[in-house]
Amino acid sequence: MSQTLDPASVEPVSVPADDIFRPHAMTHTPAWLSTLQDQAKQTMARNGVMTGKEEHWRFTQLQPILRTQFKPAEAEYASDLFDQYTFGSDAGVEIVFVNGVYSPDLSRLDDTIDGLTVTRISKAGASTVHGARVQQTLGTLIDLNLHSFAADNTAHFSDGIYIHIRASAVIEQPVHVLNITIGHDQPTVAHTRLLVIADDNSQCTLVESYVGSGARSLCNAVTEIVCGQHVHIDHCKLQQESKASFHIGNMQVKIGQGTEFVSHAVTIGARISRNDLGVQLAGRGAYATLNGLVLIGDVQHADNHTILHHAAPDCPSHELYKHVLSDKSSAVFKGQILVDRIAQKTNAKQSSKSLLMSDTANMNSMPALEIYADDVKCTHGSTIGPIDEDLVFYLRSRGIDADAARHLLTYAFAADVTRRIKVAPVRRRIEDIMAGEHGLPQDLRINDLGAFDDAVIR
Amino acid sequence: MYFGQQPGLKIMPVLEIKNLHAKVTGTDKQILKGVNLTMGKGEIHAIMGKNGSGKSTLCQVIAGRETYEVTDGDILFNGQSIMEMSAEERAREGVFLAFQYPVEIPGVSTSYFLKAAVNAIRKHRGETELDAVQFIKLVKEKQKMLGIQESFMNRAVNEGFSGGEKKRNEVFQLAVVNPLLGLLDETDSGLDIDALKIVAEGINKLHKQDGQRSWLVVTHYQRLLNYIVPDVVHVMIDGRIVKTGDKTLALLLEEKGYDGVGLPALVGV
Repeated sequence: MSQTLDPASVEPVSVPADDIFRPHAMTHTPAWLSTLQDQAKQTMARNGVMTGKEEHWRFTQLQPILRTQFKPAEAEYASDLFDQYTFGSDAGVEIVFVNGVYSPDLSRLDDTIDGLTVTRISKAGASTVHGARVQQTLGTLIDLNLHSFAADNTAHFSDGIYIHIRASAVIEQPVHVLNITIGHDQPTVAHTRLLVIADDNSQCTLVESYVGSGARSLCNAVTEIVCGQHVHIDHCKLQQESKASFHIGNMQVKIGQGTEFVSHAVTIGARISRNDLGVQLAGRGAYATLNGLVLIGDVQHADNHTILHHAAPDCPSHELYKHVLSDKSSAVFKGQILVDRIAQKTNAKQSSKSLLMSDTANMNSMPALEIYADDVKCTHGSTIGPIDEDLVFYLRSRGIDADAARHLLTYAFAADVTRRIKVAPVRRRIEDIMAGEHGLPQDLRINDLGAFDDAVIR
Repeated sequence: MYFGQQPGLKIMPVLEIKNLHAKVTGTDKQILKGVNLTMGKGEIHAIMGKNGSGKSTLCQVIAGRETYEVTDGDILFNGQSIMEMSAEERAREGVFLAFQYPVEIPGVSTSYFLKAAVNAIRKHRGETELDAVQFIKLVKEKQKMLGIQESFMNRAVNEGFSGGEKKRNEVFQLAVVNPLLGLLDETDSGLDIDALKIVAEGINKLHKQDGQRSWLVVTHYQRLLNYIVPDVVHVMIDGRIVKTGDKTLALLLEEKGYDGVGLPALVGV
């Protein structure tokens, strides 16, 4: 194993103990970062206050968030939550944020993993190897005029994390970014920030999980991922924050020629959540797969807005979002496919399927195709409905009782997405949650997921 | 005594349907208008009849489908009324419906589903549940018995199956579950001659294993009855059984059609 060449890029483990309790803002913000943050503040000032009536927030009630006065969250101990949600040895590297502030104390980095660099964004910006790219890339994938929360994040984030995967490096073990948000009586906001650059021919599995406890906190997360050519990135976002909290996530991805990017976005927690996910297929033959699973109940609301931007020819993309909505929960899916004039032979398939478990659950599904090329194949489909009673009867006619049959069918519905998640702890956790919250009997849980073909969207 | 029972031989009826009336739940659409039928243990009965005469509805009502509401009459299984039983309870008691149109269940493997079913039934009977190894042994045994080559086990239930595969999967499930009463709802439709033979031979093997299994075979065609030879043939028209006879009745129907077999005048009233 060779060490990475840049000494500045290796995260020193010897962070001063008092650094764990750094205040919200960085003590010494580098000039380039200050400039970026100032620009974001100017953008926010120019665009004015959000009203929640903006078109892209049409089906999501933003008022509970906009009316709340959040104060910046501060770093604090979170060892209980960490113990509960760590992947342990299932992750090669574990990067822990508490309330948006990087926690060197809880993080487990491994500088012996060949080709993987994990460091703070401020530090990376000063690095001789990474500095120029970090400075040139950070914040460029997101149009802050369109994404007000991302602008807020850019203006206010404490130190984020930079992950670099060197050309041809194959990172075997998943890289886990664990974001813990702890809410208190006084509403707080945590801005988490991640920048990932994967160079040509590299491979990596990346998991972002968002967990938390307490009331009325807002986690405002931004992730940017830039991939070179023939990269393979498997990305998983698991959001299971407190059901009293708010979660706004924005991930923008740009992938080069022949690169395969797979995203699994799982929403379980938060009172109101919104994920904006944009992937730009920027090189010939790039391939993007976006899978999503929303499992909510009570009065939860989950909103997923995705954009697949086909900016190069011969690119396939697959998108499958599934929703299981119980009680008075509601969800929104907007799937935009934008095909540039140059992007001939695009083959885009999109599907949104929703299972309404009660009469009071509500789903809004909106495909949006914008096609400027003339030789493309784009399909989209959307189904919304209750559990098919024909299927329930079939199972019952074999001796399986009605409740178990319904749970099994719900589980199977979600399994379409979960079985494609390759990171075992993520899959296990979703199974645990379904078993617990949906009353699935232990003996009905599907464990032999490997028996299925890794089929594409039906 | 009922038709098909041999004189002097006391056979315990496995199924007794008495004056059964049923309609589509939530509507006034009456489908079964007084069905009477008695089956002895170990017997094979065939029900023939035109489209829409109520044959499939009868099977579904026996299996406990809630989309149909029984407005009058009774169904006794092994001497006990099953009217208050749910579909799953009936299945655990030993009723098995091989569907005319088996549904696809994406995401649930056949092995998982079938093991859950077998163990639900075993649990009900107070038997120990099968573990994975015992279950696979049972599956292999039944596959061999039926001469079914393909393995359905690792595929999602019926997903992407051809019509023939679905029907073979029904009979395969039937063999694994090994019920006391098999309701075969047009199991022959959609099967080619070779597949029909495999399916029919499978059922004959199940039938002959201990003489305790009974079969209610719904079909449009006499062809199936060449392979599964019925003890009794019923003709159903407009929600009633209007004629009952031995296997020659099926041949007569094939030859002369429903109008040509001298059906009672009350038909259609």
